[in-house]
Amino acid sequence: MPAETIVRPFEEVVAEHGPVVLRVCRAMLDPIDADDAWSDTFVSALRAYPDLRRDSNIRGWLVTIAYRKALDQLRAKSRIPLPTAALPEIASPDDAVPDIDAQLRAALQALPAKQRGAVIYHYLADLPYAEVGALLETNEAAARRSAADGIANLRKHYTPGSQS
Amino acid sequence: MTPNDTQTIHELFGAGALPDAATVDRLHARLVEVAERDGLLDVCYRTMESPYGPLLLVATTKGLVRVAFDVEGHDAVLAHLATAISPRILKDQRRLDHAAAQLDAYFAGRRHEFELDLDLQLSHGFRRNVLMHLRDIEYGATASYAAIARAAGSPAAVRAVGSACATNPLPIVVPCHRVVRSDGSIGQYLGGPDTKRALLAMESAA
Repeated sequence: MPAETIVRPFEEVVAEHGPVVLRVCRAMLDPIDADDAWSDTFVSALRAYPDLRRDSNIRGWLVTIAYRKALDQLRAKSRIPLPTAALPEIASPDDAVPDIDAQLRAALQALPAKQRGAVIYHYLADLPYAEVGALLETNEAAARRSAADGIANLRKHYTPGSQS
Repeated sequence: MTPNDTQTIHELFGAGALPDAATVDRLHARLVEVAERDGLLDVCYRTMESPYGPLLLVATTKGLVRVAFDVEGHDAVLAHLATAISPRILKDQRRLDHAAAQLDAYFAGRRHEFELDLDLQLSHGFRRNVLMHLRDIEYGATASYAAIARAAGSPAAVRAVGSACATNPLPIVVPCHRVVRSDGSIGQYLGGPDTKRALLAMESAA
C-alpha cells in the first residue's frame, strides 16, 4: 500500500468525527433528513477512504461532503411543491438532543453561500479559519470576515426563543 | 470576533450541542448495514469477553481472519489490519455473532471443534502450511514443534514452526496452544504461557 494513503481503521474516523458531522447536518436539515445526509456522507467517505491522502484533514473532508449532501437535499426539496398548510412538527428521535430549531435553520439557509459556509465550517465543524478559508477557496482573513458577517446576519434575522 | 459574538454563537447554537452516544450508535448501525449491502465493508470486528480476557474477533468477507488477545493491543491490531488488508474497517457485532457463539461454547467446554470459514491471508508460505497442520491436532491432544515440522515436510524447521505459532493470526481457533516442546515444557504463547497452560488444562479435563 502506498505510503500516502490513510491507514487508520474507518471505525476510528466514524467515532471521532461522526458527532460533528451530524451537528453540521442538523444545522442544515430537519432531524430525519439530517440522519439521511449523515449516512450518505459516511457511505461516500467509506467508498473513497482507501484512496484518501494520509495528510488530508479528515474532518474538513467529511464536513465538506456533509455540507454538499445537505445542500443537495435542500435543492431536491425546493423542486417539490410544499403543501400550503404548516406541517406538524416531527419529534426529534432522541429528546435528549434538542434539534436546532427550524427558524435557525431557515436563517442559516438564507445566508449568502460564503457566510453560511464560514459559519458552519467554523462554528459547527470547529475548523480553524485557515482551514475554512481553504475549503471556501478563499483565505483565512476572508473566511473570518464571512463568519463575522454571517453571525451578524443571523443575529439580525433570528432571535433565540422566539419560536413556538 | 468579540467575546459578545462568541456568546451569541453559543446562544444560537446552544441547541446544536454534539449528539449523544445513542444517536451515533443508531446511525452507526445503519452505516454498517448500507456498507455491507454495497460491498464496502472489507473488514469487520467485534470484541467479546473470555476467561482469558477480552478477545478481538476480525473477519473479512471470506471468513474469520484474526483473533487477538488483549495483550496484543486491539487498537494496534486493527491499525495493522488497516494497512495489511483494507482500511474499510467497521465494528459489526452481528456478522461475528456466529464465531463468538462458537468460542463461548468452546470456553464452556461444550465445543471441541470450530466450524467457521477462515481467511488465512495474513499467513504466507511455510507458516501457512504449518497452520494447516495445526488444525489436525485434536482437542485435548498436543504435538511437539518437531512433530509439526515433520508433518509440514521440513523436519529441520523446528524453529520456523515456533515462529509460525508465535505469529498465528487465529489463536484458539487454529490451535497453536496444542504445540509444546519435545521435553514436555509448555513453550511460548501469544496470549501468555498461563493462558496456554489453562487452555490445555481445560481441554484435557473435558
